Amino acid sequence: MPPLVRKLLYGIGLVVGMVLLSALVEGRLIPGVAIPPYPLRIVTLAGINIILAVSLNLINGFTGQFSIGHAGFMAIGAYGAGWMAITVGPSVEAALRFLPAGGAQAVVVILALAFGSVLAAMGGLVVGVPSLRLRGDYLAIVTLGFGEIIRVFILNIDAIGGARGYSGIPNLAGFGWVYFFAIVTVLLIRNVVGSSFGRTLVAVREDEIAAEAMGVNTTRAKVLSFLISSTLAGMAGGLFAFYNMYLHTNSFTFIKSIEFIIMIVIGGLGSIVGAVVGAVLYIVMTEGLRAFEQYRMVLFSLLLVLIMIFRPQGLFGHRDFSYRFRPRPEKLKRPGEGPGEGQG
Amino acid sequence: MEIFLQQLVNGLSLGSIYGLIALGYTMVYGILRLINFAHGDVYMIGAYAGYYLSLKMRGGEPSFVKAALVMLGAMAVCALLGIVIERFAYRPVRRAAKLTSLITAIGVSLFLENAGQLVFGPDPKFFPSLAPHYSYIVAGVRLTSEQLTVFVVSLMVALFLYVLVMRTKTGVAMRAVSFNLDAAKLMGVSTNRMIVITFALGSAFAAVAGVLIGMAIPKIDPLMGIMYGLKAFVAAVLGGIGNIPGALLGGLLIGLAETFVVAYLSPTYRDAIAFTILIALLLFRPQGILGRAAREKV
Repeated sequence: MPPLVRKLLYGIGLVVGMVLLSALVEGRLIPGVAIPPYPLRIVTLAGINIILAVSLNLINGFTGQFSIGHAGFMAIGAYGAGWMAITVGPSVEAALRFLPAGGAQAVVVILALAFGSVLAAMGGLVVGVPSLRLRGDYLAIVTLGFGEIIRVFILNIDAIGGARGYSGIPNLAGFGWVYFFAIVTVLLIRNVVGSSFGRTLVAVREDEIAAEAMGVNTTRAKVLSFLISSTLAGMAGGLFAFYNMYLHTNSFTFIKSIEFIIMIVIGGLGSIVGAVVGAVLYIVMTEGLRAFEQYRMVLFSLLLVLIMIFRPQGLFGHRDFSYRFRPRPEKLKRPGEGPGEGQG
Repeated sequence: MEIFLQQLVNGLSLGSIYGLIALGYTMVYGILRLINFAHGDVYMIGAYAGYYLSLKMRGGEPSFVKAALVMLGAMAVCALLGIVIERFAYRPVRRAAKLTSLITAIGVSLFLENAGQLVFGPDPKFFPSLAPHYSYIVAGVRLTSEQLTVFVVSLMVALFLYVLVMRTKTGVAMRAVSFNLDAAKLMGVSTNRMIVITFALGSAFAAVAGVLIGMAIPKIDPLMGIMYGLKAFVAAVLGGIGNIPGALLGGLLIGLAETFVVAYLSPTYRDAIAFTILIALLLFRPQGILGRAAREKV
């Protein structure tokens, strides 16, 4: 079978599988069999967080840069996609009435998500380019600042709700769309990281100067990693908009960005499986500890400090489950080992 | 014109607070190359320490002696807190990668914010009046005794710190540690003690800022440290990180910029202006106004 046909079949399989799975969990496939609404909501939100954590991990884990502005990109995508669905969505749906049920809606979802992602990507470019001149902690503060600036600007645009919040977004996406894109994100990041470009990212993380000396275009590597990551964050934001149907800038403060950082730190910076597990664990722990709400963040923050002191590589470190049936050729160095860079 | 002058006064007094907090950032960054994210929260704890101390001293008229006593108490509490944070959170990761210590600092900051909400309650508290209140009208501009106190105290603190770092033996040792930790250790400098002193001093100054803000704006809450901390950090970078007069200058500039944006543009842009300044600064003069450009050593 030619590779192209095989890939196409995989794609079709994924779409059909997700349609069936979402019908099953929402109780439309077998009467009486469904996940109740509250757990389903948690599972769906976990899916959105998986996209965000895995995409942030590309910057923070694989490229070794430090971004605390992920919520900003998510906000751009959410507001962009929401705006598109409200303003352009109805006319697109009307024009595509000849498509079978759900088809026109799917087109709207993809169009709006694409719009939100492109906007977020532009944001990523704006952050990525100045980041070339900055390292480590300065970059962290700048990304944090960008995230807050984005939030303040959205707060001041009246057409998308401003301080009232943005309501009236149609409920276009649920479990199926979210997990479809979560799987696509994981596969995409896995392919990026496994490519020769991915190895340049890791080279930048391990030693930027040495990477440059070896002919790696570090500028290109860093900007592209910001670009890919922010695009995916924008997409996740769009999904959040369609799922939540209401947006407010208070959902996108830098505390939110720090939540994503907690997820990937728990799982392990530089591990895709780690990011997925971290996102799921975070959501499960957040919901599980709802009864102890005021102790919850105290616990998470202590956990963050303790992980950094005793296991800075997180649960998974740089390890990833591999579905290749041969061992990886080389072992990657973990952070915290080898010559320290703390003192200069 | 009177409005302009009034905003100038308000901006300078707000800026002095930023400057005071920025001193702590600049000292710790200078010596450890670490952004002490928790510093803004130490400032919050300082405000609460002042609040509870002044409740304990409820009796008696408001007087400057009482205010000074409360301030000293809060400084002691925060100095201790700074030492504890350094010992148990930052020292174990001092030799680790930069990202590790950064995440640790974020963790400590989150911990203080949430523990603060737990212990003090999430609602704002009203700071009792400590010192007698005067207000003067000079050239149509209202000047309050709180504003004057804030301004004078922060100048005095910066001066004290400048003399300490530049003119005393401890200061020489601190500068040596900041220049090269390992070399300083080899020369017989007790590096750990210097780092502890730095944390204690920086945290004590944060407590001063916390009590002053409690006196000036009599409302404190457990999350007040986040924005003040971030803006003070921007102030430290603006002045040139590691530079003591620079921290105060940066604080004053950020305070002025913020006050004028609120007065003449829109209050909603209040939190964006500091970050905008930061980004522009890092692009065009990353070493800050008074800082010297450091060469990257390979």
